[in-house]
Amino acid sequence: MRSQTISPEDEFLGEHHVYEPHRAGLPKMRPYFRELWRRKSFAFELSRTEMHAANTDTFFGQAWLVINPLLLASVYFVLVQIVSGRSQPPEYFAHLTSGLFLFYFISGAMLSGASSVVSGGRLIMNTSFPKMLLPVSATYTAFRRFLPTMIVYAVLHLVARLPVGLNLLWVPVVLLEAVCFAFGLSMLFATLQVYFRDTKSFLPYGVRIWLYLTPVLWFADAAPARLQPFLPFNPLYGIMGSWSQVLIEGEPPAKTLLLLGALWSLGTLVVGGLFFMSREREFAVRI
Amino acid sequence: MPDTARVISPARPAISVSGLDVTYRTSVEARPTLKGAIVRLGRPQRSIREIEALKNVSFDVPNGTVLGVIGANGAGKSTLMRAVAGILPPTKGKIEIHGRVSTLLALGVGFNGALTGRQNVVLGSLAAGLTRAQIELKYDEIAEFAELGDFMDMPMRTYSSGMYSRLAFSVAVNMDPDILIIDEALSAGDAKFRKKASERMLNLAHNAGTMLLVSHALGTIKTMCSEAIWLHKGQLIKRGSPDEIVAAYTNFLEVGETALTMEDV
Repeated sequence: MRSQTISPEDEFLGEHHVYEPHRAGLPKMRPYFRELWRRKSFAFELSRTEMHAANTDTFFGQAWLVINPLLLASVYFVLVQIVSGRSQPPEYFAHLTSGLFLFYFISGAMLSGASSVVSGGRLIMNTSFPKMLLPVSATYTAFRRFLPTMIVYAVLHLVARLPVGLNLLWVPVVLLEAVCFAFGLSMLFATLQVYFRDTKSFLPYGVRIWLYLTPVLWFADAAPARLQPFLPFNPLYGIMGSWSQVLIEGEPPAKTLLLLGALWSLGTLVVGGLFFMSREREFAVRI
Repeated sequence: MPDTARVISPARPAISVSGLDVTYRTSVEARPTLKGAIVRLGRPQRSIREIEALKNVSFDVPNGTVLGVIGANGAGKSTLMRAVAGILPPTKGKIEIHGRVSTLLALGVGFNGALTGRQNVVLGSLAAGLTRAQIELKYDEIAEFAELGDFMDMPMRTYSSGMYSRLAFSVAVNMDPDILIIDEALSAGDAKFRKKASERMLNLAHNAGTMLLVSHALGTIKTMCSEAIWLHKGQLIKRGSPDEIVAAYTNFLEVGETALTMEDV
């Protein structure tokens, strides 16, 4: 007698599996995400061990999580002072650091996401699991690195006597947009890296140009008038704009900016996720 | 594991493979270059060659069977193991599995040499779907069986190949799998560990576990397995008793059962 039927699409579940060619390309969503959720501790554990391993042999150890953003902010501050040749308004340094830190979170998730699948090659060749765990872990690591930078920023915020009020409650909303956007990019570039191994070498240059095109080193309203119409085409324009408004001006973000950020982040999340999932069963063959 | 968990209807095979094709697509160019890509522009198909690693392979493995898989290098043995483990998707056909699978594949555990043996074991098991509590329960058993001592907390890049192999084997057998897939497990272990591992595998086989065993050591196939299949260039040539298959295979190789192929290599 047959035991109770377990639905055959439970690809990763313990007891009964059916493997068939995937014509449609995408796995069944519900069992996929159920298994992803069930194995989430893998992503966190991987992130934890990697962060631990990254700084064990340095003198300052985990303090680098704070030293890094401080040095980064100083470098760009000096650069902008020299290039512009005049002193900036007092809130400028706060704008610069807050923007830089958020930008580095997103680009960090993107860069480590890009290598996450390829460097997890041996695991992929030996275990059957939802590969999305790898970019999840990369994004989570980037976020864990981002959190200490917010402490650095908080100090700067107070020193610059910027407004502290209820409008700061918008911070998690904008951060959520940034996390979705970063995760989407992470999956997108993880997949691209499998097929086109030069991705990772090009990426840092793309990231740098993107930084200069984004209102981080400059204020959005300071852009030349003829360039203003093109600004919204930068995927980061909405997120960065809202971020600066909430933190520096202490106001709720403009609806258009918030909406623009939400559209870009959801779009990237969906496109990156579907691209990743439709390709992930081929990773074992490509690595 | 309680015995009741292993009582599965004998009518339902543990592994059922039907009409399985696995085709790899690889770039033919030894080095994919930009120049090559530009020259080829518009004719993308030319750079891709399809390798049919498995062609129309069908077989069932009833519960409690220890199935040996033999064949020359490039016969598709490892591909078959990966397909059964759900790592490589079939190009055609269907694979049906009843039971919890644990794999010991050629590359072994430890996907990151910078991490310690312990971290690699924990991460590998989490990815395979075990909970933290289950891993904690198993961990001591795994470490003890592998006999690695303090090396469990050293980065895996410091391991010798034998240590790798011991840890990998220990992880695979201590997961209490219903189905154990072993691909060239003991190639690097020393004689003492190989003996211990063989005993453990026999033990598992006696407990009505199902096992797929890939080995070039024909002696191992003869002693361990209850059935065997012979793969050649992606096709299933013959299935039968281990003695029969080993004889057919060695006859095919035209070397006979010499000391060389019987040796536990």
